[in-house]
Amino acid sequence: MADLTDLGVAAIRDGVRLGEFSAVEVADAFVVKVAQAKALNAFLVETPDHALAAARQADAARAAGEVLKPLAGVPIGMKDLFCTAGVATTAASHILEGFVPTYESTVSQNLWDAGAGMLGKLNMDQFAMGSSNETSAFGNVISPWRRSGGSNADLAPGGSSGGSSTAVSARLCPGATGTDTGGSIRQPAAFTGISGIKPTYGRCSRWGTIAFASSLDQAGPMARDVRDCAILLEAMSGFDAKDGTSLKLDVPKWEHGLSSNLSGLRVGIPKEYRIDGSPEEIDALWQRGIDWLKDAGAEIVDVSLPHTKYALPAYYIIAPAEASSNLARYDGVRYGLRDLPEGAGLQDMYAATRADGFGAEVKRRILIGTYVLSAGFYDAYFTQASKIRTLIARDFEQAFTQCDVILTPTAPSAAFALGEKSADPLAMYLNDVFTVPSSLAGLPAMSVPGGLDKQGLPLGLQIIGKPLDEQGVLNAGLAIEERAGFTARPEAWW
Amino acid sequence: MSDTNIPPYLVKGDTGDWEVVIGLEVHAQITTNAKLFSGAATAFGAEPNTQVSLVDAAMPGMLPVPNRECIRQAVRTGMAIDAQINTWSRFDRKNYFYPDLPQGYQISQLYHPIVGEGEVLVELGDGTARLVRIERIHLEQDAGKSIHDMDPTMSFVDLNRTGVALMEIVSKPDIRGPEEAAAFVAKLRQILRYLGTCDGNMQNGNMRADVNVSICRAGQYEKYQETKDFSHLGTRCEIKNMNSMRFIQAAIDVEARRQIALIEDGKKVVQETRLYDPDKNETRSMRSKEEAHDYRYFPDPDLLPLEIEQAWVDNIAATLPELPDAKKSRFINDFGLSDYDASVLTAEVANAVYFEAVASGADGKLAANWVINELFGRLKKDEKDIVDSPISSDRLGQIVALIKSEKIYLKEL
Repeated sequence: MADLTDLGVAAIRDGVRLGEFSAVEVADAFVVKVAQAKALNAFLVETPDHALAAARQADAARAAGEVLKPLAGVPIGMKDLFCTAGVATTAASHILEGFVPTYESTVSQNLWDAGAGMLGKLNMDQFAMGSSNETSAFGNVISPWRRSGGSNADLAPGGSSGGSSTAVSARLCPGATGTDTGGSIRQPAAFTGISGIKPTYGRCSRWGTIAFASSLDQAGPMARDVRDCAILLEAMSGFDAKDGTSLKLDVPKWEHGLSSNLSGLRVGIPKEYRIDGSPEEIDALWQRGIDWLKDAGAEIVDVSLPHTKYALPAYYIIAPAEASSNLARYDGVRYGLRDLPEGAGLQDMYAATRADGFGAEVKRRILIGTYVLSAGFYDAYFTQASKIRTLIARDFEQAFTQCDVILTPTAPSAAFALGEKSADPLAMYLNDVFTVPSSLAGLPAMSVPGGLDKQGLPLGLQIIGKPLDEQGVLNAGLAIEERAGFTARPEAWW
Repeated sequence: MSDTNIPPYLVKGDTGDWEVVIGLEVHAQITTNAKLFSGAATAFGAEPNTQVSLVDAAMPGMLPVPNRECIRQAVRTGMAIDAQINTWSRFDRKNYFYPDLPQGYQISQLYHPIVGEGEVLVELGDGTARLVRIERIHLEQDAGKSIHDMDPTMSFVDLNRTGVALMEIVSKPDIRGPEEAAAFVAKLRQILRYLGTCDGNMQNGNMRADVNVSICRAGQYEKYQETKDFSHLGTRCEIKNMNSMRFIQAAIDVEARRQIALIEDGKKVVQETRLYDPDKNETRSMRSKEEAHDYRYFPDPDLLPLEIEQAWVDNIAATLPELPDAKKSRFINDFGLSDYDASVLTAEVANAVYFEAVASGADGKLAANWVINELFGRLKKDEKDIVDSPISSDRLGQIVALIKSEKIYLKEL
């Protein structure tokens, strides 16, 4: 029998339904892979029992002749930002070390209700703040990819969903959850040669997902191909009365609606995304993407998103502002870390707990956020950034009168080596330059693999859609996937 | 109609008379079964930390969802003071650290409150009245309680009150004396109790007030009124968390005298937050303007702007109960009551309902005499409430009717 861990979500689902293999066999195979991959540091907690229990249920349901649930027999990885009942949840931060929620996030519950099982909790950038996974309090995840030519440099798996990208790419799980605030699903997907989609803001409930920046945070799936993303997103999405920003809409049948025939589709190419000093390979990839979509029947139109250059500065005001307030609850009073030095008073406890509990990048963003909200600076920073956000959303609105989806590169480069950018926060922030604008506008956007660079590392293409048009995004992604023929995978060295 | 053109309260200083200018922020806990943004219960006096949801405890990933009933109660309150109802309002976060504030921020409405400008007619008992303008009513979360006296080294926190819905009712600086301030709070309390939007229980802290006090010379207030320029008024101090009418009056008086003494001594009043100590009858500095928190208000990104439909608002307007002022003037007109008797009978809605039942089919004035003098007098002596009255309103109505028709006579005792 072929290695079951080579299969994706759809293939596992279908194989279990048809009885080609049992769900327990699948779960066992992945559990072994996870246990063997410690060197990648992708998992913070391994939960083989959870995966096996779900698998047994799937097998029992099949034996009883029941209709199987949409994800019956599919084991997945869960980003550690999602609260999971009875399983430690830390957001990869020391301040939540030992925290075990009594409740299950809506997104993870939706997945379990669809029959999926959990292989474990995935490492990430601390509180989802980072683009390389180096801000995790529990050691960085290492990408399974290596540069060609014998380099052994450890590469960044992208961030913040770097545990998810590595786990999927290294075949430790067929699919995983991610969250995306400014690119945290798309950039790691691009770095590791997998697919990932951030749906329209409000599609996935934020209830039980540890908050970074509430007005931007969206959950989404990361998987090996577009179909698998569609299947997982269907299970994750849906209205939730416990989240006031949740969209009261039915979940479309995205998998059923998949079609790579793009005739009549207008694809916008935004000129502002051509940046000076961009590697030639990124431009070449973008051109190949354009050609593939043309080949699929789409019409290519030039569009303009004039406020693009203000997106990154606005994002790095709004997201830290919200984070500075969202992270105030980690104060040592009720749960998580409490540092109470001898003779300490209340203020000392706050200071010691937060100084010890938060990592440097989290502190940096809390400081930035506190500053931009403070009296005397609020109008100059937060108000201005909010206005820019409105202008960026309007840019997209106007562009979408001329086109149906927008095609761009996902990231300005392939994966960089760990440590290469960690000393320079601004260089790190620039990684989000292509992903942040659609986050600010709340639009659905996905990354699909487009090819390899000269060093043999994956590059991703991003498709941005109109509000609620995940189907259009997935279909364009599928057309690229079929033409890119991306079959490269990292060779196991771990 | 009451005379609203009345002089302010004067305080004698060494250098002449001073006027007092007062504005109040009344915090009224909304009567509902559930908290403002969580489903947790709100009963007073429950065991500590038994009415706390995951949202109230600010567990990771928890989100607020507005409680429709709290919003309805705020809208009803706004209508009762003839205020503008804002069909678009928004919640903001007020950020500060304290153990009884688990989120690290209070959800409030700084920039876009649900209720805009309104007014309250405050009768002063001598036929005069002051029209007090209301600046706004906004919705916000209450904090929990810190308990510092249970252990010599530790403090305890009770989160039962955390997240309970409050209305903050903010007056303009239209109140001109200690008695007026108390009368204003009493009038608000009466309106809230008529509406059933707050039980008005000040002892439990369900209704409490922050009192802003400043002093000025004669004529300055009128200049402020003409120009809307606050610099014509004195520097104000805010006395926090007053939960008794008596203390409100005493605190204003003693604070005004403190400010006068400072100025007459050639010193300055410093804008600050103060606390009133009833034992010593003095106010003490709590924190100065420099020490004031920077609350870093910003729109709560967990909550969409609150948009309410005009039809819903209209429907609420159509079902509003008769309010104290309307009831009082109806009693005067329909039953020929004196202003004083009508005030007494409408002070509490239960009394008014009882009286009206007695007066139906009987002589209004005679019924009022019997209810106020005989019944209320007797109930007060027995320390009973109208709901505990041993005689039903129907029966008392029959007796009053028989007396009126001279079928029975009162024996002089």
